[in-house]
Amino acid sequence: MSSIDFITDTIGWRDITPGGEIYEGGTSAAIRTGDWRTDTPEFIADKCKQCLLCTPVCPDCAIPVKDGKRGEFDLDHCKGCGICAKVCPFGAIEMKRGEK
Amino acid sequence: MGIRERLSGNEAVANAMRQINPDVMAAFPITPSTEIPQYFSTYVANGKVDTVFVPVESEHSAMSACVGSEAAGARTLTATSSCGLALMWEELYIAASCRLPIALACVNRALSGPININCDHSDSMGARDSGWIQIYAENNQEVYDNFVQAYRIAEHKDVRLPIMICQDGFITSHGVENIELLEDDVVKNFVGEYEPYGYLLDDEKGYAVGPYDNPVHYMEHKKQQTEAMKNAKKVILDVAKEFKGISGREYGLFEEYKLDDADMAIVIIGSAAGTSKDAVDELRAEGKKVGLLKLRVFRPFPAEEIAEALKNVKALAIMDRTDSYSSQGGPLGAEVRGALFSAGVAPKTVNYVYGLGGRDVKVENIKEVYAALEEILATGCVGEKFRYLSVRE
Repeated sequence: MSSIDFITDTIGWRDITPGGEIYEGGTSAAIRTGDWRTDTPEFIADKCKQCLLCTPVCPDCAIPVKDGKRGEFDLDHCKGCGICAKVCPFGAIEMKRGEK
Repeated sequence: MGIRERLSGNEAVANAMRQINPDVMAAFPITPSTEIPQYFSTYVANGKVDTVFVPVESEHSAMSACVGSEAAGARTLTATSSCGLALMWEELYIAASCRLPIALACVNRALSGPININCDHSDSMGARDSGWIQIYAENNQEVYDNFVQAYRIAEHKDVRLPIMICQDGFITSHGVENIELLEDDVVKNFVGEYEPYGYLLDDEKGYAVGPYDNPVHYMEHKKQQTEAMKNAKKVILDVAKEFKGISGREYGLFEEYKLDDADMAIVIIGSAAGTSKDAVDELRAEGKKVGLLKLRVFRPFPAEEIAEALKNVKALAIMDRTDSYSSQGGPLGAEVRGALFSAGVAPKTVNYVYGLGGRDVKVENIKEVYAALEEILATGCVGEKFRYLSVRE
């Protein structure tokens, strides 16, 4: 639960924060921006060797890593750019064209 | 007790800044700026203030640094003029929409071209829609007094908007007048400490300024901003009342000069109001019912109050020290006419553009305006509604 959750799509001008200021840091995680996506990456876990070449090239930090292993894509933030699929040496990421 | 001094308008403003002792001044130190940063940097160098002076490479950077500094929680100011203000354009809007109460000392000078460095209002009038409060001065005393009041208005919780304190380039900025300064501690107590609502250097609470705003929220923020500007009107009057308590000097949204029974009046901003008062006095001595409204606060625009003050005037000349190239006149002309129309007040009006690029405005020039109003009243015919004053054919 983020402190910006009260800024809903129906909030009125009296209640919204002045100038759009936000009273905490790192709030971009709470904003769902993945719906801009036109192509969607699919993670094929069987082919993945956990080399982690994909994670640092993601412009949106949408490939979460836990205990040294990557997991499923964070589709709330992935924009579908496909860079991860390009760098994967093992064909473990496939881009599904035209899929949300 | 006030301190009697002889100061130029630039020195007067620099003195107000010294007494306020702000946290940060970011300014471009050479032309097209003013002597104000020069005087103020001397105070910084001599340890008269605790201010951090940030000499930047352009006015664009000056206002950017001001935005960053104010958002960080520092009481911030700058000074500029003419094309320097034009180079700040983008950030003026950022400062206002981020609701950062920065103070800017604006010395009104022409925007080129043709290349010209002298007084007119084209610089700040061009920034009239940027969301800044704008207060104008007739003389050195007023610009000093306005600057002392600036932060109390801008930082007020119902306002939180940047403020531009304007004076006429060279005419008051370099002209030396007798003025009365307030004692340092009186100013200090009046202005008080800056307590920002939120600030980036707060290590306990997180704070982010100026995020991207989607269409779903943008208009709500703009509505908020315009409401804050509406609120500024009352705050300006409240602060003026309190200022009278420490100075004995009275300020409102505008000054009415012999307007009560006037059939003919002019509306004017800045130093030419002083010249115009002399014209009013001479014409009054001849028994002519003439008056003057000198606008002090242009943003927020006191439309209802102006219409009320002018409701009995029969012929009115609105004096713009800039042209808006609407082909209809200047910005003051448009806004005063709008105010009158909305209130159902309908004097015969004519809009003059005068004093561009430092063109001298003399008593006899203003008397020509009143003579034109007299003719309009005598004939009932306005004629040309948009005129240039003192221009050679």
